[in-house]
Amino acid sequence: MDDLEQVILAYVKREYIEDGDDREVTATTPLISGGIVDSFSMVSLKRFLERKYEIQIPDADATTAAFDSVKSIAALVGRFREIHA
Amino acid sequence: MAYGTSVREHYQKDLEGIRDAGLFKEERYIHSVQAAEICVEFPAGAAPKQVINLCANNYLGLSSNPEVVEAARKGLERRGYGMSSVRFICGTQDIHRQLEKRLTAFLGTEDTLLFPSCMDANAGVFEALLTDKDVLIADRLVHASIVDGMRLSKAMQDTFKHSDLGHLEEKLQEHQDKRFRMVVTDGVFSMDGDIAKLDGIVALAEKYDAMVCVDDSHATGFIGKTGRGTHEHCGVVGKIDVITTTLGKAMGGASGGCVSGRKELVELCRQRARPYLFSNTVAPVIVAGALKVMELLCASTDLRDKLEWNASYWRKLLAEAGFDIKAGESPIVPVMLYNAKLAQDVARDLFAEGIYVVGFFFPVVAKGQARIRTQLSAAHEKQHLDRAIEAFKKVGKKYDILGKGKNELIQQYGL
Repeated sequence: MDDLEQVILAYVKREYIEDGDDREVTATTPLISGGIVDSFSMVSLKRFLERKYEIQIPDADATTAAFDSVKSIAALVGRFREIHA
Repeated sequence: MAYGTSVREHYQKDLEGIRDAGLFKEERYIHSVQAAEICVEFPAGAAPKQVINLCANNYLGLSSNPEVVEAARKGLERRGYGMSSVRFICGTQDIHRQLEKRLTAFLGTEDTLLFPSCMDANAGVFEALLTDKDVLIADRLVHASIVDGMRLSKAMQDTFKHSDLGHLEEKLQEHQDKRFRMVVTDGVFSMDGDIAKLDGIVALAEKYDAMVCVDDSHATGFIGKTGRGTHEHCGVVGKIDVITTTLGKAMGGASGGCVSGRKELVELCRQRARPYLFSNTVAPVIVAGALKVMELLCASTDLRDKLEWNASYWRKLLAEAGFDIKAGESPIVPVMLYNAKLAQDVARDLFAEGIYVVGFFFPVVAKGQARIRTQLSAAHEKQHLDRAIEAFKKVGKKYDILGKGKNELIQQYGL
């Protein structure tokens, strides 16, 4: 797991995993289709990524598929970091 | 575009997808008034069957209360059937304003505005009050109508973990750069039946200069010592800036909702909230019935006291029988089964035993949190609950789920 994935995974665990929830979350765990993150609470994740990496992710790209795992999110962030570089 | 074959097939596939996912909803036709016992035709075409109703929001049993029905009948005669106008043109009668004043006094707020439903109140309130300079911070388990209402507003949206005041505080700190902050929560959460920690939320809102909005639809009329709602239960009457609630549950159960709270905020809704501006309001017959409901609730706490006793008794019966229930104080008592198919099977078998309940599963509740949601009513008598628990025990034995906790149930049936 690279640094980017580790940062995103740490945020996902802190932001979305309730106390007492012992589900293991890895870089490939389905987040939205797995019921861990819903589209309503996904907004804070998108904002975290935009602030942390100084990027803008258009709503058209912030799809549930793109946000469905730490790995896919990291790929999305990587793409926009290149665009904004 | 004509409704051609390809368009029709597209929608047919959508419907098939819903069926294949096990999410297809079917109505059950009730051949009686709403009550503790109802006559239900299910499946469609079957002979109607008498069942004990444990899934209505008829918390105070007022849906077919004779005094409410009579008041509605008189209202129909005196103020007619419809208004054929939105409120601000020629759709406001004296009784609409009377009801708003009665609700204001009952809820302990400054003013109230009626909406066609609480769904409409939630759809209109945030857009009317907040702009892109502001932020809405909602509990993650708020009702779908709040989610939709927040999306219609231009304010930034954020969420905090369910009833987690530490997480809410982090979010309030994070958003100190916004012009206004509004914390949004349900009073009683409809799926779990737990009560929001409004005292803690108000304390944080005062500390971090935020407004508080509570949807008290599953509380108005019965939560709190005199039934004023969650704010009474938590000792923060007068400190909630916006309350949205419904007349469609405990308060007679017909339809209608409202925004109640600070007078400037309510007045802005009167000026700007689109569901209020562009839709007829509550029909006169319902307003007349609701005024009688207010009169009954202000005169006595007997109904909410009976509901409280029923809820406590039902929780005790379920726990003694060995069901895994969510702890709480409200008349919403979820029986946890975790597995979606098991929840559907148990609900079906209970119906065969004369008990009407519904299984809830993802996406209505979180994955792995399938349950039967039971709801009590002041219309229930002890004998209804005694009969219901016998059916629950019988079905519980069939599926070998009695006396088992979360881990054992998941081990037995999977998620």
